[in-house]
Formats: sequence, C-alpha cells, structure tokens
Amino acid sequence: MDKVQVLIVDDSSVMRKIVERSLRQAGIEIEKVFEAGNGAEALVVLRDAKVDIILCDINMPVMDGLEFVKQLPGVENAKGVPVVMITTEGSEGHVVRALSAGAKGYLRKPFTADQVKEHILPVLAAKS
Amino acid sequence: MSVGDSNLNTVENHANWNPVLELAAQEVFETMLGTHLDVASEPPSEDALDVTAMVGLAGLLCGVVTVRCSSRAGGRMASKMLCIDAEKAMAEMWDAMGEICNMVAGNFKNKISALGDGCMLSVPTVITGGDYSCRSLGNSTTLQVNFLFEEERIVVAIEIPG
Repeated sequence: MDKVQVLIVDDSSVMRKIVERSLRQAGIEIEKVFEAGNGAEALVVLRDAKVDIILCDINMPVMDGLEFVKQLPGVENAKGVPVVMITTEGSEGHVVRALSAGAKGYLRKPFTADQVKEHILPVLAAKS
Repeated sequence: MSVGDSNLNTVENHANWNPVLELAAQEVFETMLGTHLDVASEPPSEDALDVTAMVGLAGLLCGVVTVRCSSRAGGRMASKMLCIDAEKAMAEMWDAMGEICNMVAGNFKNKISALGDGCMLSVPTVITGGDYSCRSLGNSTTLQVNFLFEEERIVVAIEIPG
C-alpha cells in the first residue's frame, strides 16, 4: 500500500494525535496528516487538500460528524474518499445513521491499535 | 458487562450502576493509557481534586459524568495518552481530561443497553481551581467510584435525577 494522506476530524487535539499514532502503529505509512476540529473546518481543509481517507468523530461543536459526512458528496476533493467514524457514540442507531450517511466504517472509542488496524486497513485496501 | 432495564429513573436501579461505572472507567484507562485503575476504599480529600472534567447526558437518561483529580494526575494522564513526558503533557492536560471523561461517559452509556439510541452526550467541559463545588441538579443521586491511578487519586462519578 502506498503512503497515504489522512484527514483527522476531532475536536480534541489529543485524540487527533492518538489517532495518528495508532495509524502508524497499525503499519499504515502516512505521507501527510491534515487536521480539523469540526466538520466545518474539515470542509475548508478539503477545498485544497486531497486525502486518501477521512477519520471523523461524531460529537463535535459547530458541525458534527454526521452532518459533515452528509455534505461530502458535494465536495470535489472528497469524491471516492472513504470515511471512518471514530466516536464514543456506540449505539446501533448511531452506527446505522453513520453508515447510511455514507461512512464506510465505524470504530468506537476507546480503541486499541489492533482495532484501528482491523477497521481501517480494509477500508484503505478497498479504496486502492 | 451490559445492563438492561426499561425503568431507568429508579434510585434502586441506579444503585446497581456503580460496577458499570467502575468497569467503564477501567476499560478506558486500560485501553487508552495502558494503566489499570485500582478501586480505592476511601474518597480522597476534596482539596486534592482541583481539576474536574464533565460531560452531560441528555435524553432517556439525564445527568452529568465527572472525572476529578489533581492537576498533577491530569498531567500524568495526558502524558500516558500521548506517550510524552509529564512536563510537556501539562499543556495537553485539559484536552486529555475532557476526552477521558467523554470516553468514560460514552463507554458507560453503551453498557446500559436500555438506553439504546436515546441518550446523547455533550461535548466535554473542564474546569480547574482550588475552591469550588459542582451542583448540576437540584434533587439528584450521585454514584461515585474512587480510584488509584499510579498512586494518584481519581474520582469518577455520575450525577442523575432521583
């Protein structure tokens, strides 16, 4: 698998760093990480950035993860880019809503590096 | 462990949630910090707790989940989460505490199967200081678990109506 460019969307900077570290621990080679603190910031990032995968929290201020995912079909740089939700919201309803909105995967916090590998590698493999 | 009960607002039922809260916190610390939390028999002195992270619950269950500790313990949590030294981690302490509280609240909620999709979490709030008290609800019950985190004291609690 080639090196990937990743967009991590989470209102916690600590969690963004942990997600990046977990990706590296999972053996995913990262070329560049873009970060955003909410869905609205992520849409701004995607005006210029082309990424291979988006990892997105759900509960965020300004624009939450579900609304962000719903808006992605209208974003040129997001076409064909898979989204994996990484969130504390673990109910079946949240999973169904996220997948219905267009997410390709769903990872619950707290998570291990092995779970990151298990949930994200197949999504990246399917894209490439 | 999963708890299901259609009557979420009885004090008797809430009393059974202490082990769920305990497990929810322990899982978060073991998974994200690589540390086991031991249960402490005695609550710590209030003076020792100068950081409080809070996450609100709304919907089928209303209330507030809190994680309280000293700022030194908060810095050590951030250090463990980010794998950086404790001094550098102090700058991340607020964010780390908020995220830990968020994960404890989410993990707790996910273990109460009767809540299903009907309970939402707020974004976290973290406050610090040496002389304050938190009162979120006029008539409420507090479930509290006292932990030892590498010799530091941590209090995890949920305040709910009833």
